[in-house]
Amino acid sequence: MSNILDSKIPEGNLNEKWTKYKSSVHLVNPANKRSLEIIVVGSGLAGSAAAASLAEMGYKVKCFCFQDSPRRAHSIAAQGGINAAKNYQNDGDSTYRLFYDTIKGGDYRAREGNVHRLAEVSSSIIDQCVAQGVPFAREYGGLLSNRSFGGTQVQRTFYAAGQTGQQLLLGAYSALERQVGMGQVKMYSRHEMLDVVTIDGKARGIIARDLVTGKLERHFGHAVLLCSGGYGNVFYLSTNAMGSNVTAAWKAHKRGAYMANPCYTQIHPTCIPRSGDHQSKLTLMSESLRNDGRIWVPAKKEDAEALRNGTLRPTQIKEEDRDYYLERRYPAFGNLVPRDVASRAAKERCDAGYGVNTTGEAVYLDFFYNMTEKYGRTEATKKGIENPTAAQLKEFGAGVIKEKYGNLFDMYKQITGVDPYEEPMQIYPAVHYTMGGLWVDYNLMTTVPGLYALGEANFSDHGANRLGASALMQGLADGYFVIPYTIGDYLADEIRTKAISTDHPAFVATEKEVEDKIQKLLNIKGTKSVDHYHKRLGKIMWDECGMARNTEGLKSAIAAIQQIKAEFWSNVRVPGDANEFNQELEKAGRVADFIELGELMCKDALERNESCGGHFREEYQTSEGEALRDDVNFAFVSAWENQEGGWKLHKEELKFENIKIAARSYK
Amino acid sequence: MKINLKVWRQKNNKAKGELKDYKVDHVSPDMSFLEMFDVLNEDLITKGDDPIAFDHDCREGICGSCSMHINGRPHGPLAGVTTCQLHMRSFKDGDTIVVEPWRAGAFPVTKDLSVDRTAFDRIIAAGGFISVNTGNAQDANNLPIGKEAADEAFMSAACIGCGACVAACKNASAMLFVSAKVSQLALLPQGQPEAKMRVMAMVNQMDAEGFGSCTNTGACSAECPKGIDLSNIARMNREFFSANLTGK
Repeated sequence: MSNILDSKIPEGNLNEKWTKYKSSVHLVNPANKRSLEIIVVGSGLAGSAAAASLAEMGYKVKCFCFQDSPRRAHSIAAQGGINAAKNYQNDGDSTYRLFYDTIKGGDYRAREGNVHRLAEVSSSIIDQCVAQGVPFAREYGGLLSNRSFGGTQVQRTFYAAGQTGQQLLLGAYSALERQVGMGQVKMYSRHEMLDVVTIDGKARGIIARDLVTGKLERHFGHAVLLCSGGYGNVFYLSTNAMGSNVTAAWKAHKRGAYMANPCYTQIHPTCIPRSGDHQSKLTLMSESLRNDGRIWVPAKKEDAEALRNGTLRPTQIKEEDRDYYLERRYPAFGNLVPRDVASRAAKERCDAGYGVNTTGEAVYLDFFYNMTEKYGRTEATKKGIENPTAAQLKEFGAGVIKEKYGNLFDMYKQITGVDPYEEPMQIYPAVHYTMGGLWVDYNLMTTVPGLYALGEANFSDHGANRLGASALMQGLADGYFVIPYTIGDYLADEIRTKAISTDHPAFVATEKEVEDKIQKLLNIKGTKSVDHYHKRLGKIMWDECGMARNTEGLKSAIAAIQQIKAEFWSNVRVPGDANEFNQELEKAGRVADFIELGELMCKDALERNESCGGHFREEYQTSEGEALRDDVNFAFVSAWENQEGGWKLHKEELKFENIKIAARSYK
Repeated sequence: MKINLKVWRQKNNKAKGELKDYKVDHVSPDMSFLEMFDVLNEDLITKGDDPIAFDHDCREGICGSCSMHINGRPHGPLAGVTTCQLHMRSFKDGDTIVVEPWRAGAFPVTKDLSVDRTAFDRIIAAGGFISVNTGNAQDANNLPIGKEAADEAFMSAACIGCGACVAACKNASAMLFVSAKVSQLALLPQGQPEAKMRVMAMVNQMDAEGFGSCTNTGACSAECPKGIDLSNIARMNREFFSANLTGK
């Protein structure tokens, strides 16, 4: 394998690269497609979209998911929306602006070529989803509605109430099931990929475990697509689903795929704060709420204290005693600064003693002003009421707020028992998304030929920070509009490769390794549960490799994680056996991989001596507490190669030929 | 809080099942119902017992995985929530709670509280889609859709496929699930060209999976965590009759 990372970005002007590529990429003729087999691991937006699109083209597809149905993939939980450079609002949006906002939002740590392609195909995604029957929000004239998300000054976000991910995934799932019904896709639900099989350096299949019977299965494919999502659950508490895991990507990493920028983690600013030690996950409140919610903490420490011990309610704090710190620090973007900036600002206020909630780890997200003054007054005017009372303003405004965010408000009330129409929400940052992932080139191929990574599983488009409503865009772009072209470039040379028998020694040997590992886990018969280790790992990751990192903390975290790894492999207790539906065994395998990943994340964070996006190193900040990048020494992608006894760092230099790299300012 | 549980235990789909008694101490009212099960399972693992299998994933009420029949009601006593959104503050100290899996012939038990709902996937595969290959779409705003139709389609599309409707129905009918998808697509202009084929194919598959008939009791809609309306079933019946009368 070459040590030089070739991103394979096509030559030519930025806005012609993808067009030219599509016109000149190798094609596979329809007859040959029928004899080429593709394995898709994961059934979220990227996986379902890829599996459906490739099957429509004529390839034979096998799709795997660990859930009981492909419709349950965690893309379903995305709330706020999906970006597209349609410029339906006539507010100056364009492909270039979406490209520019994404590069800047990512703190200049993403590839220009990939991001521009993403912006180019964004429009087609909306078209495709509408054609599938995705019920996006519409205006009375019947046209599509838009809203704003952080890090942009245009309205380019398409949405379906607070369930955009659900509706997009069900669209992709329908397309996938259509191909299942036509026999073009064979679906394997409740199957977990546990290794990649490589033959002569190429990915040729996977070992999967049937989670119901426990049986290991060998599956051949001319190419393998990992669409297995992100690894936020390394932190134990995150907004990810309980089952979201890194195992597919990590097994690929162990088989030679480089892991890129693993330390770039997105901490989402608006999540419901933690309530106690029993907590199993954190719930996001969509970024779209920042369109109408104003974020504040008390300006006086004594007020903060009174709020924490419950002697004061937030509604009793006078306007002049509130600190709308985002509006104060970032007047140009206000409450809609990007996620990393908003999260750090919340942490800064809470660390300084102004946090609320019993824990002191929360800030307010307050809708009262916009509910009454913006919507209430407009509605009153519509009704011809000249001097509306405060009660009328609230009533009218609450109606509009309910229409926009009703399900989110209901969800908040269910979880906290507090009614956000009456009192501001309490929010705090939580782990949400991982920008890092498997290194891929422009074709979305990893460093293992024939092995691809799509969606959140790859690292490619969001740099060091992802903008809101861009994850859905990227997952669907990769699945619907990128891989159907780029995979041809590889498969065109594979048309002579006959299906390889799964009795091939490589399949047999890989299956044996998987089986041995499962037996090893079951035979430890220790005293502590899998969750015990997962929680310990998560706490270390959150404390030392979370919103703020420093040299000393990261070094201690690496040592502590190595200790956890040793204890896990000598004292974990996995009940039951291998040949049954065994959820603890599933968890054990995933946590074993998270432990190894955690160490690499800390190592990556330690090596990157700068602050950028979601990676904030305390040693590298401006006097105003803003992230301080080092473009001279760190304008590169870190790609880690797994080696016996450690990792080797490879660097892909990032070239900015179309955007002037600059300090990121939202002031 | 202290909670007494009677939980359905069944090793696999061939084994015979039974209700077993468990006690959970130190339950906080802020815990979700599933977090209470986490505590119980942690305890069982420490004691060397087999933990209880149950389906769950997003734990925020949208993936549709969780599926517990609690005190005789799918997703428990509250309206409009899934099991993962149910908190222990809805119960009292010392309560005895009976927890069973979805009960329906078309949803065989996988293990304990986990069931096989792939019948739903097969119904969608039979026709729950619009046949549009990737790349075939026109500009999204070339097809204006009235806000009312779009909103109504969205309400039907909010179904999470959890199967509570089937579990709630004395006949284990899947009419609410199937009709929600039929309605979503029937309400939209994009769904018209294959509307007749769709409803026939989906209803046929529903019957083939062994779901029961609908007798309009409305239990499905009453227990639906997403409030899918009973009028969806009426719409599907209209679609189905009209397809039968005029179809090929």
